[in-house]
Amino acid sequence: MSNTDYLLAVEDITVSFDGFKAIEGLNLYVDQGELRVIIGPNGAGKTTLLDLICGKTRASAGTIRFKNQEMTRMAEHDIVRAGIGRKFQTPSIYENLSVFKNLEVSFPRGRSVLGALAFRCTDEVRERVRAVADEIGLTGSLELGAGLLSHGQKQWLEIGMLLMQDPELLMLDEPIAGMSARERELTAELLARICRNRAMIVIEHDMDFVARIAHKVTVMHQGKILAEGPMDAVKADPRVIDVYLGH
Amino acid sequence: MNACFERAFASRHTALILLMVLLAVVLPASLDIFRLNLVGKYLSYAFVAVGLVMLWGYGGILSLGQGVYFGLGGYCMAMFLKLEASDPVSTRIQSTPGIPDFMDWNQLTELPLLWKPFRHLPLAMLAVILVPALLAFVLGVAMFKRRVSGVYFAIMTQAVALILSVLIIGQQGYTGGVNGITDLKTLLGWDIRSDSAHYILYFTTVLLLGLVIHACQWVQQSKLGTLLLAMRDKEDRVRFSGYDVASFRTFVFCLAAILAALGGAMFTLQVGFMSPSFVGIVPSIELVIFTAVGGRMSLVGAVYGTLLVNLGKTYFSESFPDLWLFLMAALFIGVVMAFPDGLAGIYATSVRPWLLRRRTAALVAAPVPQDGNPASP
Repeated sequence: MSNTDYLLAVEDITVSFDGFKAIEGLNLYVDQGELRVIIGPNGAGKTTLLDLICGKTRASAGTIRFKNQEMTRMAEHDIVRAGIGRKFQTPSIYENLSVFKNLEVSFPRGRSVLGALAFRCTDEVRERVRAVADEIGLTGSLELGAGLLSHGQKQWLEIGMLLMQDPELLMLDEPIAGMSARERELTAELLARICRNRAMIVIEHDMDFVARIAHKVTVMHQGKILAEGPMDAVKADPRVIDVYLGH
Repeated sequence: MNACFERAFASRHTALILLMVLLAVVLPASLDIFRLNLVGKYLSYAFVAVGLVMLWGYGGILSLGQGVYFGLGGYCMAMFLKLEASDPVSTRIQSTPGIPDFMDWNQLTELPLLWKPFRHLPLAMLAVILVPALLAFVLGVAMFKRRVSGVYFAIMTQAVALILSVLIIGQQGYTGGVNGITDLKTLLGWDIRSDSAHYILYFTTVLLLGLVIHACQWVQQSKLGTLLLAMRDKEDRVRFSGYDVASFRTFVFCLAAILAALGGAMFTLQVGFMSPSFVGIVPSIELVIFTAVGGRMSLVGAVYGTLLVNLGKTYFSESFPDLWLFLMAALFIGVVMAFPDGLAGIYATSVRPWLLRRRTAALVAAPVPQDGNPASP
C-alpha cells in the first residue's frame, strides 16, 4: 500500500466473529485536524471500527495505518503511545481515585514499571493537570473522588484523561449519551476547542449535535460504509434516509 | 489535598510504629522465649500476608499458591543450613560422609549439582530471593500476557502449589521428601537453636518485617501503587492509557513472591526445619485467610490478622484439635461476608471514629484549664 498524506488510513478492513462479518472491506481516511463523525443504526459496526483502530479487536484482513505506520499487529499500549486515544462508551474512570489522581495517572510519563516507581508529581505535571481540568470544567472538583461526579462530568473527565496524553487522534464513542441539554452544549464547545490541533473520530446518534460538530460524516450500515461527505449531502442521501434517518 | 494526604501519611506511620513497638518491646517483655519464638514463626507468615496485600488487595490478583514461594525461600535457606550441618565429621557413620543424611539414605553417593551453590551463604541468600522471583516472573509473564486473571489465575496458582509439593515429596533423595529438611543446627558456626539465637532471630524478623512494610508503603504511594488500584478497577482504561498491564501485574506478583520467600527463610532459621507441608494447597489458602482477616488493603492489618489467626489456631488446636479446621473455615467465611476489609476495616469504620468522637468530646468537656488545675474528666 502506498504512503498517504492522511493521518489515519483504514483500508479493506474486515473482521468476522465466528463467521459473522461485523465489518467487511471497509475504507476510511481521516485527515490531520479533521473532526469526523460516524453515524449509523445499531449493529452497523461503529464501535467495532473504533475497537479495530485502537487494537482492542484484531482485524481478520486489511490494514490500518496511522501516520503511515502499520497498526494492525501492534500491542494496545503501543498504539496509544503512537498517539491514538480512545474513550469508551460508558464513562471509564477510576472511581476510587480523586479527579486529580485520575488525570495525573494519565500523564504520559513513567509508563514502565521502573518509570512508575520513580515518577514524581512535578510542577510540570501539576500544571498540565490544572490546564486540562480547566479545559473540561472540573477545576473546582480536583480533590473530589471521581465516583462522586455527575454522569456528564465523568464523561468529561475521561476526555480529560485522554487530553493529558495529547493524542494526535482522539476517538470518542457516544460522548454525550445521557447528558442534559446544557451539558451537550458544553461538550460541543469542548470538542470544537480540543479539535484545533488534533483529529477526532466521534460516534454519535444525536443528529443536531452531529450537525453542530462534524466536518465530515460517515454513515455505516451492516459493516460497510453507506455514504460519506458533508452533513447536508449525507442528510439528503436517499439511502441514508432509508436505513437510518427515516422519512 | 496536602492536609488530607499528610493525615493519611501520618496515620500510616503511626500504625507501623505502634506495630513495631508491640512486636519489639511489648511482646519480648511479656513472653518467655518459647512463646516469643512462636510469635517469630507467625511473623514469618506475616511476610506472605503483606505480599498478599500488595498482590491481592492492591493488584486485585488472588494467588492461592503463595506457599510455593514461602517454601522456595525456606528450602533455599534450609539447603545451606543442612550442608553446614552435614560436615564430614558429624556424618562419618554414613556410607558417603559429607552429604545430607537423607541423601545417604536414598543411596546418593555425591552431592547433586543443584545443591552445590548452597555451600556458600551469599549464594544461598541470593537464591532465597532470585529463585522465587524467577519462578514468579516466568509464571507471571506466561499468564498475564495471555490475560489470564481472576478465578483462572487462582486455579493456576493452586496447580503450581500442588505440583511443587508433589515434586518435593517425590524427589526424596534431593529434597528430603515428606519429612523435609530437618536437623538444622548452625549458621556459620552460630548455634541457631539456642535461646540467645532465638532472641536475635526474632528481632531480625521484626526489623525485616518493618522494613518490608515500609518499602511496600513506599510502593503504594508511588504512581505504581495508584496504577495497581486503577488496573484492579478499570483494566481496559489503564491499557488504553498506554500502560502494559501485564508487566505491572508481573512486577507485583514477583514482589509478593520475594516477600513470601523472605518469610520462608526467616521461618527456617527460627523453626529449624522446612518441609513440604508449608508448600501445598492448604497452607497457601491459610495464608490468604490471614490476609483476609487482617484486611487485604492494610499492610499492618495483615500482620495483626496473621498473629490473631495463629494465636487462635494454637489455642484451639490444643483444646479442640478436631474443631479447628471448621472454625477457621467459619472465620474465613464470616470475615468475607461481614467484614470484607477485615480487622483494618473494622478499625477504620468503627474504632477510629469512636476514638475521634471521644477525643473531641474530651476537648469540649475540658477546653482550657481555668485556675491552674488541669480539668479532670
